[in-house]
Amino acid sequence: MKWGGVVSFFASEHAMRSERVLQRAGLPARLVPGPREVSPNCGVAVAFVWEDEPKVEQALRDAKIRFEAIHRYELDDAGRVGGVVRTPAVEGAE
Amino acid sequence: MTSSPGEVYLDNAATSWPKPPVVLEAIKDFLENAGGNVGRSGHHRSIASSRAVSLAREQLSDLLGVESPDNLIFTKNATEGLNLAICGLAVDGGRIVTTSLEHNSVMRPLRDLEQRGHSSVEVVRADGNTGEIDLGEWAARLGAPGPCLAVAVHASNVTGVLLPVAELAQVAAGCGVPFVVDASQTAGHIPLNLTALGASAVATPGHKGLLGPTGTGLLYLAPGVEVEPLIRGGTGSLSESEYQPDFAPDRYESGTLNSMGIVGLGAAAEHLRTVGVEHVQEHLTALGRRFRDGLAGVEGIVLHGPADPADSVGIASVNIQGVPCATAARLLDDEWGVMTRAGLHCSPAAHRSLGTAPEGTIRLSWGEETSDRDIDVATEALRQVAGRARSTEPARTFA
Repeated sequence: MKWGGVVSFFASEHAMRSERVLQRAGLPARLVPGPREVSPNCGVAVAFVWEDEPKVEQALRDAKIRFEAIHRYELDDAGRVGGVVRTPAVEGAE
Repeated sequence: MTSSPGEVYLDNAATSWPKPPVVLEAIKDFLENAGGNVGRSGHHRSIASSRAVSLAREQLSDLLGVESPDNLIFTKNATEGLNLAICGLAVDGGRIVTTSLEHNSVMRPLRDLEQRGHSSVEVVRADGNTGEIDLGEWAARLGAPGPCLAVAVHASNVTGVLLPVAELAQVAAGCGVPFVVDASQTAGHIPLNLTALGASAVATPGHKGLLGPTGTGLLYLAPGVEVEPLIRGGTGSLSESEYQPDFAPDRYESGTLNSMGIVGLGAAAEHLRTVGVEHVQEHLTALGRRFRDGLAGVEGIVLHGPADPADSVGIASVNIQGVPCATAARLLDDEWGVMTRAGLHCSPAAHRSLGTAPEGTIRLSWGEETSDRDIDVATEALRQVAGRARSTEPARTFA
């Protein structure tokens, strides 16, 4: 799958919870090692399909999950990185 | 995990036994299929562990009526949670108001703060048999000038009697005083909604009524309540900073977590949600009635606690006239396999309040897996020990 976006977090607890929230909302999501150029804060990030970005942001805000930022980030399941297109896309304070 | 024949476990107020099979399965599955460190790395075992602990936090939040899992902090027991809340909320030069039924997990940190000249401690008498407390005195003390913190146990660990914590919380809120609740004997035994309770902080062990393994505990911090952490260190987050994170849960969870214990506790929470805590409460009440009925009118037996077990949480305290508590507990275990706890139960204040200090009582405490037969074995054993005490040679019998 080509993901296209990642959400970065301050706490890994929030990354874990976000993966569950997005998957329960029917939005493809998976935990990935946090790309260094995106954020140094938490070891993991949540990858999502970029076309879902508005829904992803809304789902996280509805669940009151604190995230750091939402980034446009080309990443596929083989681990190939297409480079940061825009970062951060959305500031994500609770 | 099942009892051996001839074995009756009635020490659930110390720690529950047996644990639901799903707890053992969850721990085994975690160690085999996850096993990485939570929140530390991006590899699949670390992520599997992080997922499992996060899910457990959610399961426990759902069970306990906690709106955001961020408000539920993992601790190693209730004592750690109480210390974190009390030391974090007590104001230097202020007063701390508490009840006469507190466990040493509350009294020792309070007395330490008092001894060091940090806070003064005021104790409002609560009745260990009925749970009654003078709400007027509670309000007057909380409303007195100067900074104040209130701390109260939800149910006595000696008699099981419930205190009116919702009313105590309401008074505290009205006075603008932070309120800490020790829910060690109530979580998992009566339905709890921590958000609705209105306390600033609620501490509970994971290994008693919540049926998780030892080494687990929880501290609920109400939204907006922030305290100084007890310890500081690595959290896996903000690795580039030498300063403690300011966000929950990381702020309070430094160092590697007891992840397998937490995962077991999460499985226990799911078990309780399936069974229904209200059904556990009904079961405990029915067992309490059976226990009291089984000992009604027996000469030489003194029963403490509320007359109606619906006002308590599966705990009974007993004395047998002429028999030291420790001796009675040994006889119960040696001859009938009945496991109880004798003495002061780390609650000297509660025993003084009850009039049972310094000897203490024999405490029997049941749980979800306790059967009618277990209660019958215990009451028959107590009857027989009391009968021996009435015999001609008590000194030799109980030497």
